Amino acid sequence: MSDLLKIANKTYQSRLLVGTGKYKDFAETRAAIDASGAEIITVAIRRTNIGQTAGEPSLLDFLPPEEFTYLPNTAGCYSADEAVRTLRLARELLDGHQLVKLEVLGDPNTLYPNMTETLAATKTLVKDGFDVMVYCSDDPIIAKQLEEIGCCAVMPLASLIGSGMGILNPWNLQIIIENAKIPVLVDAGVGTASDAAIAMELGCQGVLMNTAIAAAKNPVLMAGAMKKAVEAGREAYLAGRMPKKLYSASPSSPTAGLIS
Amino acid sequence: MQLTINGKARSFDLAQMNVAQLVEQLALVGKRLAIELNGEIVPRSQFADTQLSDGDKLEIVGAVGGG
Repeated sequence: MSDLLKIANKTYQSRLLVGTGKYKDFAETRAAIDASGAEIITVAIRRTNIGQTAGEPSLLDFLPPEEFTYLPNTAGCYSADEAVRTLRLARELLDGHQLVKLEVLGDPNTLYPNMTETLAATKTLVKDGFDVMVYCSDDPIIAKQLEEIGCCAVMPLASLIGSGMGILNPWNLQIIIENAKIPVLVDAGVGTASDAAIAMELGCQGVLMNTAIAAAKNPVLMAGAMKKAVEAGREAYLAGRMPKKLYSASPSSPTAGLIS
Repeated sequence: MQLTINGKARSFDLAQMNVAQLVEQLALVGKRLAIELNGEIVPRSQFADTQLSDGDKLEIVGAVGGG
């Protein structure tokens, strides 16, 4: 069955997008990403270490940009201007690459997004030719506004970044999905495989996560679990679940032929 | 020449220097990076044609692990 994720006119086999932060070392990062099957991986843009020993390995040595679709993010940005500046640098860094993840934070304790700044940054970036995947609150009105501005995907939080609390408001997510004409991906808050499966069963086009894999006791094993959960959730969504009933008057086994 | 690079002051013996030469001086040749000079991005193709002046502020960034 061909069921591809389509973002900004490019298709992907995997609906699991993963971050590359918080791993023990680059070898573990690579092993976990391989186990996840992810094709799109997020990276952060930071000042280069100057005076670094020349041969020191970098993330790019382990995850060559030719093998993956890099999704540079704006983690740590608290204003639209900082986020736009960061992504323009990312575009230069990645040879004109246009697919980016925008997140503008509002508060260092919760890392909750600042949607006023996020909307402003989305406008600038869309005008500037970027394909913008936007991390946002799970507010259906905001999600619609982002779509109208022209972002290529909205990525509402399941719960706070790095919290592992799972999907706190499935009802809002469902409204966002129902109203959207662009892909909706859950970004942030997934804690374990069932959370990812639920997001997909709700009809999300994909799930983006980092900490749920990187902070697991065995990240590589969890990466494989997430891959299966996203696939299982997607298939269950496409299959269409049976209606929920308090009890059923039709048993699964035949009522005839009982011994007496 | 005195420059501010990634927030830190640095002095160089050369009186004249372009961005390509700076990259060499910093032993960053061949690394994937992006450079901003006084708030404006310098495309890689223009490193050798972009002269630096005393007091310039540069940001040199790369990709690192992140979510």
